[in-house]
Amino acid sequence: MTTTVTSHRGGPPAQPATLRARRLPWYAAPAVAVAALLLAAAIVYGADIGGPVLVVVLGGLFYLAGLFAAANAVEGRRAARNRTWSALIHSAFVLAVLPLASVVWTLFSKGLERLDANFFNTSMNNIGARDPEGGAYHAIVGTLEQVGIATLITVPLGLLCAIYIVEYGRGRFAFAIRFFVDVMTGIPSIVTGLFVLAFWVLIVSPWFNGGRPGFSGFAAALALAVLMLPTIVRSTEEMLRLVPAPLREGAYALGVPKWKTIVRVVLPTALPGIVTGVMLAIARAAGETAPVLLVAGGGAAINFNPLENNQSSLALFVYQQAGDASKYAPARAWSAALTLVALVLILTIAAKLLARRNRLGR
Amino acid sequence: MGETPPRSADAGAGGPRVTSGHNWPAGASARVAETPVSPRTPGGDGMGGGGALPRRQAFGAERAFRGLTLAAGAAVLVIIAAIAVFLIAKAVPALRANTENFWTYEGWSPNDPQPKFGIGTLAFGTVLSSALALLMAVPVALGIALYLSHYAPRRLSTALGFLIDLLAAVPSVVFGLWGRDVFSNPVRDSSAWLNEHFGWIPIFGGDGPFGKSIMLGSLVLAIMVLPIITSLSREVFLQTPTANEEAALALGATRWEMLRTAVLPYGRPGVIAAVMLGLGRALGETIALALTLGITFGISFNLIQNGGNTIAANIANAFGEANDTGRGALIASGLVLFTITLIVNITARAIIYRRREFTESAA
Repeated sequence: MTTTVTSHRGGPPAQPATLRARRLPWYAAPAVAVAALLLAAAIVYGADIGGPVLVVVLGGLFYLAGLFAAANAVEGRRAARNRTWSALIHSAFVLAVLPLASVVWTLFSKGLERLDANFFNTSMNNIGARDPEGGAYHAIVGTLEQVGIATLITVPLGLLCAIYIVEYGRGRFAFAIRFFVDVMTGIPSIVTGLFVLAFWVLIVSPWFNGGRPGFSGFAAALALAVLMLPTIVRSTEEMLRLVPAPLREGAYALGVPKWKTIVRVVLPTALPGIVTGVMLAIARAAGETAPVLLVAGGGAAINFNPLENNQSSLALFVYQQAGDASKYAPARAWSAALTLVALVLILTIAAKLLARRNRLGR
Repeated sequence: MGETPPRSADAGAGGPRVTSGHNWPAGASARVAETPVSPRTPGGDGMGGGGALPRRQAFGAERAFRGLTLAAGAAVLVIIAAIAVFLIAKAVPALRANTENFWTYEGWSPNDPQPKFGIGTLAFGTVLSSALALLMAVPVALGIALYLSHYAPRRLSTALGFLIDLLAAVPSVVFGLWGRDVFSNPVRDSSAWLNEHFGWIPIFGGDGPFGKSIMLGSLVLAIMVLPIITSLSREVFLQTPTANEEAALALGATRWEMLRTAVLPYGRPGVIAAVMLGLGRALGETIALALTLGITFGISFNLIQNGGNTIAANIANAFGEANDTGRGALIASGLVLFTITLIVNITARAIIYRRREFTESAA
């Protein structure tokens, strides 16, 4: 029984020759492929209706049809279907790798152009359309401050919320909270931006801003916090559920009150997993553009104060440079994009590696 | 119990002072954990060898902590309600000032002295681009998910799964920039080709210019939602009970027949939920579309001509020069987007929850 568990992954098990159905020879598939490409090339260039891309596309279609026909003739209908579907599944993979590889390639080839010390040490203050200099210092400051404040707000709130769901919540109310945390995961970032715009920038900030609504990095941090909250609650919740019950019961048996059990036994046990979830949430928030655009406004100068005046962020910097008419702007945009992706991916990879070392496992 | 090694309570990495300072009457159990037991006089009744059951205190740390977590949990509901309330509060004045029908007017000029704006074209563009993106992304994503779960060698599949999770984390502005700077060229060329040879089909009609079109926008969207749908459905496919797969193979099914009869039916609810989540992501996508669509107002099924617009992209583009009414109008459009995504998400989650109950009861 157990020996056959994964046999289908490694191909069909060997059978006696007498039982074997007739099969296509190994060279059939490549031969069909070559024939299909030649046929496609003949049609495309004969009728002059396109270039090499069309040849490949048509050739792919002909290959599928030819493979089906050949297998149908030799092996039968079911095997033919099997071959065609497996070719389709493999080609889906190739199809998806192409654009993604292109994204990575462009990111490096265009992003390295302006990735120098000047880029990290200057802001865009007083940089005109004809100046090739200018950098993302102010944007990096903005990203770090906004994401940092958002993390400070979200982590305690998210942890407590997850603790309620796992340890205390019973019945309808806890179910509703769980359900709406899930729903909240899907709220578009632009809507959270509009929410903070309506709530903080337009209604609250005039109170201490001399009666005028003011953009600020803190508002962006609020919007990012709304985005991060459900991610952190969900991952913490999953981690808390993985803490073995005997650990809790041991603490209870020693007379430890429940809240202290949670704080001193359950949370430390689940800590690596919780940190992983927090890092993933930070990575997602760092890449958000829309909320920062709506509530922090984006500025060209360095602004260390998150509570007053416009602030930029790396993602917003990419967007603004992409919309800039200067011929030097695209290089800056790509360099900032490369920096942003590096930041996000380092966080993500670190989080995943941490998750792999986690004792509780997944 | 007397032989329990000291600090047994710390076995779960609970820190050395797990039981110190609790405010229950110390019973026998406190002696087991070797801790600096607080110098509390064992007052009260029932203090024997076994100790009394702790009494519930009206205002203790337990209550306080419980209340704190309850408040944090309730905060989630409050935030969702607040989003709806504040959006409505800011949208209503702008909707009152609107001199045209909000649902049917084709255009967006809320900053005029006579504000005129309508959500129709934007909502249409949002739904059209998301639907097209899913149409292209879902088959490919399912193909990759099946490849990773049932075709690729185990080691390759783990590595590729990791890679796909990484791709899901790439910020959307990067995809938008790539779509505008790099991907628009092949799309423009193939659009021109489609227009030349299939121009008689209305969706490929028009006489240019091509490139910054719904086609480009939805292709970029498709590439963006691909990793999300792939990683979710791969997990679902991997959960298929091995017994079902083996049973299908033992009956002589080919690999595709096994996938069709055992894996796909089992994974269907999960796949539907993954697609809905991808749809939610596509509907709300802002920056990638703001960079790749050629912003126009008008309802047209033409896919390849410059044009197209979505609610979210319009917010990002029009926000800069919006006045008070303009902001209100954008907030109103955001409210519509919020409602659409809320419906999509609630449906998706309801499907997942039903499935979870099903699998848990079956287990």
